[in-house]
Amino acid sequence: MSNIPHLLVHDHEDNVGVVVVEGLTAGTEMFCCVTHDNSTFTLTAGADVPIGHKIALKDLKNGDTAVKYGEDIGKIIADIPKGGHVHTHNCKTKRW
Amino acid sequence: MFTHIIAKPNAGKDRKMASKYSNITFKGFRRENGRVGVRNHVLILPVDDISNAACEAVANNVKGTMAIPHAYGRLQFGEDLEVHFRTMIGTGSNANVHSVVVIGIEPDWTKRIADGIRETGKEVAEFSIEQKGDFETIRAASWAAKDFVHKATEVQREECSISELWVSTKCGESDTTTGLGSCPTVGNMYDKLLPQGITGFFGETSEITGAEHICQKRAINEEVGERWYKMWKAYQDDVIFAHQTDDLSDSQPTKGNILGGLTTIEEKALGNLEKIGRTSQYIDILDPAEQPNSGKGLYFMDSSSAAAECVTLMAAGGAVIHTFPTGQGNVVGNPIVPVIKITANPRTVRTMGEHIDVDVSGILRRDQTIDEAGDALIDMIRRTANGRNTAAEALGHREFSMTKLYRSA
Repeated sequence: MSNIPHLLVHDHEDNVGVVVVEGLTAGTEMFCCVTHDNSTFTLTAGADVPIGHKIALKDLKNGDTAVKYGEDIGKIIADIPKGGHVHTHNCKTKRW
Repeated sequence: MFTHIIAKPNAGKDRKMASKYSNITFKGFRRENGRVGVRNHVLILPVDDISNAACEAVANNVKGTMAIPHAYGRLQFGEDLEVHFRTMIGTGSNANVHSVVVIGIEPDWTKRIADGIRETGKEVAEFSIEQKGDFETIRAASWAAKDFVHKATEVQREECSISELWVSTKCGESDTTTGLGSCPTVGNMYDKLLPQGITGFFGETSEITGAEHICQKRAINEEVGERWYKMWKAYQDDVIFAHQTDDLSDSQPTKGNILGGLTTIEEKALGNLEKIGRTSQYIDILDPAEQPNSGKGLYFMDSSSAAAECVTLMAAGGAVIHTFPTGQGNVVGNPIVPVIKITANPRTVRTMGEHIDVDVSGILRRDQTIDEAGDALIDMIRRTANGRNTAAEALGHREFSMTKLYRSA
């Protein structure tokens, strides 16, 4: 059971990961896996985050770039602590 | 970097896998023009919206036929009219269709569509309503439809090679699990089957926005990549910037995408593009509903990202099976093409299981590799080609949606 990850990360360059279990609660010691090479690490969830939503892998500052798939997916528009929920309230496309 | 391969291929294993996939066969319907279908529909095809009622009456009279009503076909002009004709003719010409009864309000456009379909060699009967009325048209068309049903039901499936299959893809109600699981599963299938000679389609022009730099590089050569970029840029300029009121934030990502955890169009696009795998390259670009003529390989079709519109266009282009990754649970089907649904989201499997054909949620639990998931999809494609009804077919999902480029006259 402990081998089932709570969080998947595409790439080592990424600073966000995806919750892949239902009902994740704040304080959970998450088992995390980088799909690129199946390497693992642990991280404490800072919030109740729904399945499919993202969590910051480190402290992110307003103005930082969110990286997923090793690519720029948008800008951080509010400070997010490591383990915090990353979504439309604190991350936005740079395009529009 | 844009790689997260789970199974590391090696040369020896690849060679063995190549023969494993090249030996796949299925029982299909070989048509007059040599193309192979996996279904055997007798279609009752309306040229225009006001012929829907007559078509539905014929389909009601004659069991084993299918009417595909739609909303357009009057007072269109220019490229918008061309897309309409291509979609009508392409739908009737699809190898999943045995024969077609075409009904329109007047004879000219009706004949144009009927003649377009006849080029495949299949049987077509055409009827127009003016000066006859619905009753007389329905009577005559029903006789033709009944004759086609007798003929269609005597056609036997025959052994066909996997290389004869035309397979399209488009994802819908995407979330972050599509980029992790179901889209890479389709990509793995294309990486394995395109080298065996299948013809593939992907598209969704607006949903490449954010990954256009990567998509351009996946062209077979620079010239094709440049044409692709021009097509994508024209969409940005002529559609988005010409009609936007604020930005695309309320449509791309969609509300469903955002509920599923996708935050930006870039994130969505990068997940979307996983559908063409690690090695697949597209060989040419197609207009909406255009049929490929550059040989076997993968094609990008300029198309809407709305599920039913996109699947309808790709079916008109000739695809006979559609692979549809979903995250939050899109329920779309198509009248003539079986749509195979794939999801990696365990919640969607739990709450919407009746819509799912291939469950790859094991990828998220790390007890299934992308390679294994790709094999599971290939097996489902083979079974679907042999006649297995998809979830969308069993549930009666027959969404047939015409693409409309601009207002009619």
